Amino acid sequence: MKYMLMIYAAADQQANCTVEDWIAYEKEMKDAGVLVSGHSLADLVTATTVQVGQDGRRTVTDGPFAETREVLGGYDVIDVPDLDAALEWAAKCPGSRDGGAVVVRPIAEF
Amino acid sequence: MNVEQVFREERGRLLATLVKRFGDLDLAEEVTSDAIEAALEHWPVDGVPDRPGAWLLTTARRKAVDRLRRDRVHAARLALLQVEVDRADPRVADGLPDERLELFFTCAHPALAEEDRGALVLRCLAGFTTPEVARAYLVPVTTMQQRIVRAKKKIKEARIPFRVPDPHELPERLPGVLQAVYSIFTEGYAARRDDLAEEAIRLARILQSLLPDREVTGLLALMLLVHARREARAELLEDQDRTLWDRDLVTEGSALAERALTGGFGPYGVQAAINALHDEAPDFASTDWPQIVALYDVLRKLSPSPVVALNRAAAVAMRDGAAAGLALLDALADEPRLRDYHPYRAARADLLHRLGRTDEAARACREAIALAGTEAEQDLLRRRLAVIEGRS
Repeated sequence: MKYMLMIYAAADQQANCTVEDWIAYEKEMKDAGVLVSGHSLADLVTATTVQVGQDGRRTVTDGPFAETREVLGGYDVIDVPDLDAALEWAAKCPGSRDGGAVVVRPIAEF
Repeated sequence: MNVEQVFREERGRLLATLVKRFGDLDLAEEVTSDAIEAALEHWPVDGVPDRPGAWLLTTARRKAVDRLRRDRVHAARLALLQVEVDRADPRVADGLPDERLELFFTCAHPALAEEDRGALVLRCLAGFTTPEVARAYLVPVTTMQQRIVRAKKKIKEARIPFRVPDPHELPERLPGVLQAVYSIFTEGYAARRDDLAEEAIRLARILQSLLPDREVTGLLALMLLVHARREARAELLEDQDRTLWDRDLVTEGSALAERALTGGFGPYGVQAAINALHDEAPDFASTDWPQIVALYDVLRKLSPSPVVALNRAAAVAMRDGAAAGLALLDALADEPRLRDYHPYRAARADLLHRLGRTDEAARACREAIALAGTEAEQDLLRRRLAVIEGRS
């Protein structure tokens, strides 16, 4: 079963997790054979929002900007047997520490 | 054993076994009901079979095959299931395998809303219908229906597993299970529903037989020791007629509390020990207050909370005098969780009264009455107010 781990880093994070922590985490997922895909996202100031209205007109706006304390900073999709296994990986993610959070969502199966 | 007792004993166990086989709580619930319906039809005529659990399991599996044949969505599972049914399970020869512990951990999984865990335990392990669960938690049936449907959808779609956590995970996972069972007990206590309290005790006994952990033992002890006072609980502890207390439960609960605290401490075990001291005291004044204060000190370290601090202050008042207790209570005045908590006001009223500060005591007692949630609590506090004001 596939789950997306959505990594919300706190704005003031970085206290205790280093680049090496992230590299080690990714390597551990790869070695365990659970990583399907994953990326970290560029800074939120580079984000652009697109909406298409009923009349077909496109609205492009700068942002969104962080209104909440936490910002989606990256994601990993993993393939594991059940939610407990997914929660284990989420707990190992450096992004879950120091005020950050990882939201675990199953990928819908059709 | 009559038919109803058999069902009570077997329902949760049957459901757990079927969830394990099918990995599908909805299907398991449906065929459990089917099997019990079939038993209701056959047993009164043919008699209760020698191994009722095995009979129910066989019937439920056949019903599952029937259902899956009709249901194309589930058809893919049929082949797998057929093998299951054809293969005789050696464990069934001695009755049903007991997989209820797995079911406890699924129902009380931390990924489920806390308020839904007790409801699921009642439904899946105690065999309550949804309206019965709704009545237990004092919510409308439709609300409870939605909550249960939502929780079951999450179990299924997020694939919450049906497993007993590894020993290293237990410290994180067991408290959720204990809290779910305890919430059933406290609901029953608040609503004066002895049947519900006894159901919680029955569930704790099952849990304890499957997982003899110190905190499971502590929870069972705590509930027995509180339930022992049920006939007298219309009064405050100090005014209760102790001859009404259930001595058998006190004996059993005290022995379990001792076991729960052998070689270590857990919050339920410590609370059980505090209640054991109350239950064993010949009267309120000669209760072992120094020991109770010491246990609250331990509890405060294990699970700090303003309510524990409040109870400790009341015990200190008995050990060192009302003034000492009141000083501790006043130090808690700014605790947000105690601001609207009527026992805090009631405890202040009591200590002020004992210090002869009648006007302040009466004011605190009126505040408590305004905050009390149930008629029974208000009634009790009104009688306290009459005593404070010298009207009785």
